[in-house]
Formats: sequence, structure tokens, C-alpha cells
Amino acid sequence: MLMFIVRRILAGIVLLIVISVVTFGLLFLDSANIARRILGQNATEELVAQKAAELGLDRPLTAQYWDWLTSALTGDLGRSWFNGQLVSVSLSGRLSVSLSLVIGATLISAMLAIALGVVAARRGGWVDAVVQFISVIGFAIPGFLIALYLVLIFAINLHWFKATGYIPITQSFSGWLASVTLPIAALAIGAIAAVAQQVRGSVVDAMSRDYVRTLRSRGLSSNSVIYKHVLRNAGGPALAVLAVQFIGLLGGAVIVEQVFALPGMGQLTVSATTQGDIPVVMGVVIAFAVIVLIVNLLIDLAQAALNPKVRLS
Amino acid sequence: MTAIDVPTAVPTPAAKISLMRRLVRRPVSLISLVFLAVIAIIAVTGRWIAPFDPNLASLQLVLAPPSGEHLLGADSAGRDVLSRLLAATQITLAAALVAVVTALVIGVVSGLIAGYYRGWFDAVASWVTSLVMALPGIVVLLAARAVLGPSVWLAMFIFGILLAPAYYRLVYAAVTGVRGELYVDAAKVSGLSDVRIIGRHILSVVRAPIIIQSAIITGIAIAIQSGLEFLGLGDMSVPTWGGMLNDGFANIYKQPLLMLWPSLAIGLTAIALTLLANGMRDVLERTAVVRRRRRRAVTTSTGSIAAVTTSFSMSGGDADALDESAPLPVVGETIVHPDDASRSTPGAAPILTVSDLRVAYEQQEGEDIEVVHGVSLQIRKGEVHGLIGESGSGKTQTAFAVLGLLPRGGRVTGGSIEYESTQLADASESAYAGIRGRRIGYIPQEPMSNLDPSFTIGYQLVEPLRKNLGLSKKEATERSLALLDRVGIPNPKRTFDAYPFEVSGGMAQRVLIAGAVSTDPDLIIADEPTTALDVTVQAEVLDLLRDLQRERQMAMLLVTHNFGVVADLCDRVTVMQQGLFVEQGPVRTILRSPSHAYTQSLLDAILDEGPARAPLVTARPTEGDRS
Repeated sequence: MLMFIVRRILAGIVLLIVISVVTFGLLFLDSANIARRILGQNATEELVAQKAAELGLDRPLTAQYWDWLTSALTGDLGRSWFNGQLVSVSLSGRLSVSLSLVIGATLISAMLAIALGVVAARRGGWVDAVVQFISVIGFAIPGFLIALYLVLIFAINLHWFKATGYIPITQSFSGWLASVTLPIAALAIGAIAAVAQQVRGSVVDAMSRDYVRTLRSRGLSSNSVIYKHVLRNAGGPALAVLAVQFIGLLGGAVIVEQVFALPGMGQLTVSATTQGDIPVVMGVVIAFAVIVLIVNLLIDLAQAALNPKVRLS
Repeated sequence: MTAIDVPTAVPTPAAKISLMRRLVRRPVSLISLVFLAVIAIIAVTGRWIAPFDPNLASLQLVLAPPSGEHLLGADSAGRDVLSRLLAATQITLAAALVAVVTALVIGVVSGLIAGYYRGWFDAVASWVTSLVMALPGIVVLLAARAVLGPSVWLAMFIFGILLAPAYYRLVYAAVTGVRGELYVDAAKVSGLSDVRIIGRHILSVVRAPIIIQSAIITGIAIAIQSGLEFLGLGDMSVPTWGGMLNDGFANIYKQPLLMLWPSLAIGLTAIALTLLANGMRDVLERTAVVRRRRRRAVTTSTGSIAAVTTSFSMSGGDADALDESAPLPVVGETIVHPDDASRSTPGAAPILTVSDLRVAYEQQEGEDIEVVHGVSLQIRKGEVHGLIGESGSGKTQTAFAVLGLLPRGGRVTGGSIEYESTQLADASESAYAGIRGRRIGYIPQEPMSNLDPSFTIGYQLVEPLRKNLGLSKKEATERSLALLDRVGIPNPKRTFDAYPFEVSGGMAQRVLIAGAVSTDPDLIIADEPTTALDVTVQAEVLDLLRDLQRERQMAMLLVTHNFGVVADLCDRVTVMQQGLFVEQGPVRTILRSPSHAYTQSLLDAILDEGPARAPLVTARPTEGDRS
């Protein structure tokens, strides 16, 4: 088991290094033009060269990467080229906003998806048909459209929530809840649909297994067989989909934060992208990659907890 | 939003034309197809049918409401919304197409190579796949835009690379599944080139799933591209659905209608694509099911031809057989032999009485299919009753009906099942409470699949004991260990703590037998308990079953297709054919002088085949000597 965790962590670190090399290479490959783009087309050659030297862009790419990597290991991801702020500081301030959205949406979608999936699988008939149809629609409609219409209906027309703005949880819990409800709903709807489909499928599959009949033949009630045995066996595939959904939710948060004007990672990414603030973009990519790797590791651990075959091999 | 749902099961491909025809018959799929066709036509002709130049701005028209001249009004720059919507369709779809084609080419080619040749390419490709999947697509696209600038086409090309794993996994799974098939080996042996094999045998398998996947991926590409444009990160010089949405959202208070048109276009197209993909998947899966069923039906009907043609009621009969036996009572369509006076236990009350039992399965379309057509039998206390017949004859269905555990869609449609004095036919869960798992035990056929792989063997023994007998955990554990010891497991403690996949098939079957007898039931229903085991293990398990049955005086309904097992264990036997009981009576009578032609043909078939001859030949004289 310990070996399993260590192996996964090592693989994750290798993946992280590869991502950083590829991203850095792509972002800085065009270093001759980066200074020109910052200063604009009218800047003189001397000014451009001066700017390039100031940003360290005139050195070989490998040396630049090495510098970035060694300082990144100490937690220093450089400074923004536009406002001089430390990248690590602006990231950590925004991470909590994005993570509260994504984790909230993940938890809610996991709970609702399991409930819907189990009901659809057990009831069958029209309940199943309705759940499946709604899932298909929920899965098909892009998340940002859902976000837009949630704003339009619940904020602009009904005035139940404020359309924009974020209140930190440290300031007021109810205020925070009100500010994240719509964004979380916008994110969760698609995820609920996708995970509920998977849960339904794996529960149907697990219920038709021979061991379910044998357990029932031993006098166990269908409820106890479903909640103990069927859900545990259906959990693996559902968790795998949830992991994919989590990555999707991180991406969805980028757009949803924009719709609700929330000061999260998405906003930082979009503004850095439009400005060409390369150190910030680099920091954002690495931060996303680290989050994804941590979540994948947690999912692996959960899989091992659910499935002895994973645990024992 | 970039989550890609990769179907792992590859449905069998049907011919393209019939797929299309079947799709058109489904209203939802038909509407989706028509809608997408209209969108496609607009994409091709939009530029020409647009009433105005989509980029022509007019200050007078800023945020103009819909009017006769401008049917959908004008946007914040005073451009005609309808014209922009029509022109945007072309660019949006073309951009999505760039992503799909890129993903398709990269994913299918690398999937074919990795799946067919394996080796280093396989390792590298799966590693690159996990690399690509490690970041949200939109973050990669944003990072790329920071360097490459705003270009719809470049962004969609990069997104195509990110989507390639969706095809890669699909093709890879299909190819690794197919490359082990005999017909691919045969093609190789007959000297076909790899390219021909891939083209002919492998691409044909993945073609349909690829079409389905493409519909889904087109939807995802439209969604992400519109998302980028909506964020204002796209190319503002060309009209796109996402760009129009951006403009509409910015003016949401002044002219809310502006948002409606592009969001309808995006939403409906995405829904139509997904519904179409689902429709295609359903059609493919259903044809696969129908085909499988048809194949099974053919084997049973050919299998029963011999029995029908030799049926003595039609051919006038086998004179010897008729002379030897006095006229036998026929109940329903079953020939029932009287009890063997010397061996029967007179006065023993029947523990299970099944009369005129019918079992049917619901069909999605059309009438129910009946698989058991009114059968009757009685089992007395301590009696072993064999139920024999070829596969598909309905013997397992009869057993499951008694247990109340018919698979989904199946139910008892007629007759009665009486256990002592409780009616169990089509009974509720509460009727079975205290009977199933307590008074009736069940031994399944396939040992490995009948133990839950996620729980230890011990847990699966202890749980029912605690539930049924109210034992404490400690008592239940002690009892389980004693049972494991009784069924001949060498190291009970180790097996108790093991997971099912850590023990052999023979051990697992002993565990299941231990589970079935753990609550001291009066009746055991054993469904081919030795079929899945090795020959040597079969004999041991049969010995164990016989010992346990005698020791505990349990009645047993033993489903089997093996006359050796019947001769070895049973007191009475029922022969089943195509959902009917054809002959029923004491084992020795039926083995010695079968009356029904089907029974005769079953016995002949066994005696004519080498391996089964020995036990039967030795069994018959000894029985003859005794009587």
C-alpha cells in the first residue's frame, strides 16, 4: 500500500516536471518577440533589447528554465511583468475562491448524482427515463450557458442573489454562501448529469452480478445489499468519472468566475492571458497541474479503499 | 466542461445503412438529425442568404429591437443580428470541425498503432495521454493564446490535440480487443498485410463508435470555442456564436433578447449532437442484443430437432418401451412415474410444492416471452430432487423462481410455489423474510462470480449469520470458521480473512456451500454446483454435498445437466425440455427405463460419448443388483 502511494507520488512529480518543461518551452520559445509585444510596435530596438535584458529573456532558454525551476522549488514563481506582484501571492489569494467553488460543486454533484443514479437504476421505468433524459440535456448544455441563464433568472429577474461579487467566508458565512450558490449550481449541473449517468450504469451493472443474487439468497434485504455491496462495487467507475469531472470543473470555473465576476484563478488566468503576462500564466498552469495531481492521488487512495484488488496488488 | 466521456464498451457495428434507417425511426434522433442538417445547410450557405453584411455597423441601429427590416434587431455596434447569426454558424462549425478532424486523425492513427503493434509506442502514447488529461483544456488554450495571440483556428487545432485521447482510448480498447480474435490471426496467417488487416478487420469494428464519439466531441468543441469567444478571448474580427453571446451578456440589461439567439444556437446544437450520439449508441446496442438472442434461439431449436423427430408419440412409438411399462399417468404434459415402493419414504410431508409454475420475461417491445410453461413438482423432507435438461431448457429459471430471485424483467406469471405453508409465487420481500437464507439455502453454479470481490470471505459468511440468526459478531465468526473447517478448507482462518480472488475455484465453491448450509436450512437449491469446477474437484464437492445432505437431513433441488450427478445424488428426477417437464419419477426408474423420447435421447447421448460412459455403466448394474 505504501509502495503504491510512493509510486503514484513519484509518477506525479515526473508528470509535473514534464508539464513545466513543455509549458515553459512553449511560453518562452518566442522570447525575442516577448519584449516587443510588451512595449508595443513603436518601441525602438534598443528599448526592446533593454527590456529583454531586464526580464532575463536574452539568456539561453535552458538557463531561464533552470532559474525558474530552482526558485519555484522554494515557492517563488517570479513576479508579474505588469504589476510587479509576486505570482505566488496572487495565486494563493485566488486559489481559495476557485477551490471553494470547485470543491463545493464536486461534493454536491457527487451526492446528488449518487442519489439520482441509484433511484434511476432501482426504479427503472419512467423514473429512469426522466433521470436519463435530464442527464443527457444537463450534460449537453455548456456550463457557461447554464451560468448565464442562472444569472438572468435568479439574480436579474428574481433578485434572489447578487449577480456578481464575492464575500470571503472569513467575513460572513451566509454572505459567502449567497455569493457562491449560483456559481456552484452552474458548475454542478453538468457534473451531476455526467456522474449520475455513470452511477446509474454501474449500479445497473453491479445489480445484475451473480454475487448480488447470492447475497440476496442468504436472506439479506435488497436495501442492505444495494447500499453495502452494490454501491461499493459501483463506486470505482463512478469515482473515475468524478475525477474527470473535477478537471472539467476547474476549467468550467475559469468561465463561471468570469460570468459572476469572482476574484478567482479564472479571472487571474484570463487577465494574464490577454496581457501576455507570461510568469503569471506559467504560475497558473503549474498551480492547476498540482491541484489535478493531488486530486488524482486522493481518488487513487479512495479507489484503493473501495477495491481490495487495487489495494493488494 | 472539457470532461470527455469515453465509452469503454465498444458496441458491435451494424451496417451503416441500417443504422441510419433505424435512427430515422426514432423521433428524438430524427428531430436531432433534421436540426443538425439545417444548421449544416446554414453553415454552407449562411454568407449568401444573410440579408446584410454581418460586419456592417450602423450608429442608428445600435441595440435596435427586432423590426421588419432587421428581424432579430441589431447588436451594440448596430450590426444586423440575423446576418451575424447566419455568418457565425459557418465560422463556429468550421472551427469545431478543425478540432474534431485534428483529434480524429491523431487519436485514431495513434490508437491503431499503439493497439496493434504495442511496444514502446504504446507506453509513450498512454503516458502522453495522461499528460494531456492532467490539465483543464481551457487553461491550456488560455496559455497558448498568451503566446500565439487570438486565432480561432489555432486554438481549435490545439484543442483537437487535447481531445485526441478520447479517440485514442476508444480505438485502443477496440484494437486490443480485436487483435486477439481468431479471424485476425487467420488473416495474418493467410499473409494479409498489416495495413489490409487494420483497414478490413479493425477499422470496421471502431467505425460506428467513432461516429458516435465525433458527435459528442463536436458538441464539446462548439462549447469550448464559444466559451473562449464569450470570455472575449477569441478573434473579435469574425462573427461567432460565442462572440455574439459576449455582446449580448454585456448588454443584458439594455437588450436581453440579444443573448437569446446565440445561446439558443449553441444550446440546441449541443443538445442535438448529444441526443443523436445517444440515439446511435442505443440503436447499436439494441441490434447487438437482438443478434445475440437470435443466435441463442437458433442453437436451442436445432438442439431440439432430434428430440422432436424421435418423439414416440409422433412416430408411433418405440414398441419395446411401450410394452415394458404399464400406462403411466400424465400430469399436464409430464409423464409421471409412480414412487418406487421399496425406497420411498411414505408419510414424509412435501416441503416444497410447485404447481403449474409459469415464468415470463418482459420485453421492451411486444409481448412477454414465457420461458417456463407451467411445471409442477414436489420435494419431500430430506429428499434430493434432480432437475435435468439441456442449457436453455428453463431449469435455472425454475430454481430462481422458487428463490424469488429472477433476473430483472422476469417474474412468475402463473401457478403456485408453496414452501411448507407459505405461498412464494410472485411473493413480496416480506413473504420471503425468514425463509430465504434461513430455511432455504442456495448454492450457485459459478463460484468466483458469486462472491463479492470487495469484501472478505469471512464478512460474507458472518453478515447473513448475524442478520438471520441474530448472532453476535464473535459467535458468527466462530460458527463460520467451524463451517469452513467442515466443508474441508485446510486453513479456515486464512480463508476467512482472504478476499474471493485470493482463493481457488474449488475453495470458493466450498465457501459458498458453507454459506448455504450455515443457517441449517431444510431445503437447498443447488444450481449446477459442480459444472464450473475441475473434474477432480467435482467429485470432492459432490461427496461433500452428499455428506452434508445426509448429516443435516436437508431436502435438495439439484439443477444439473449431468446424469452422472443425478445417478450419484438424487432420489427423484425431473427431465425438463424447452420450459416443460417431460418426465418425472424415481431416479432408478428413469435411468433404467425412460419413457419419454427426449429422456431416452439424453441418456443415449451420454452413453454414446466416451468419457461419461464409465460411471453410468458401473452405476446401472449395481443398482440393478440391489433391486
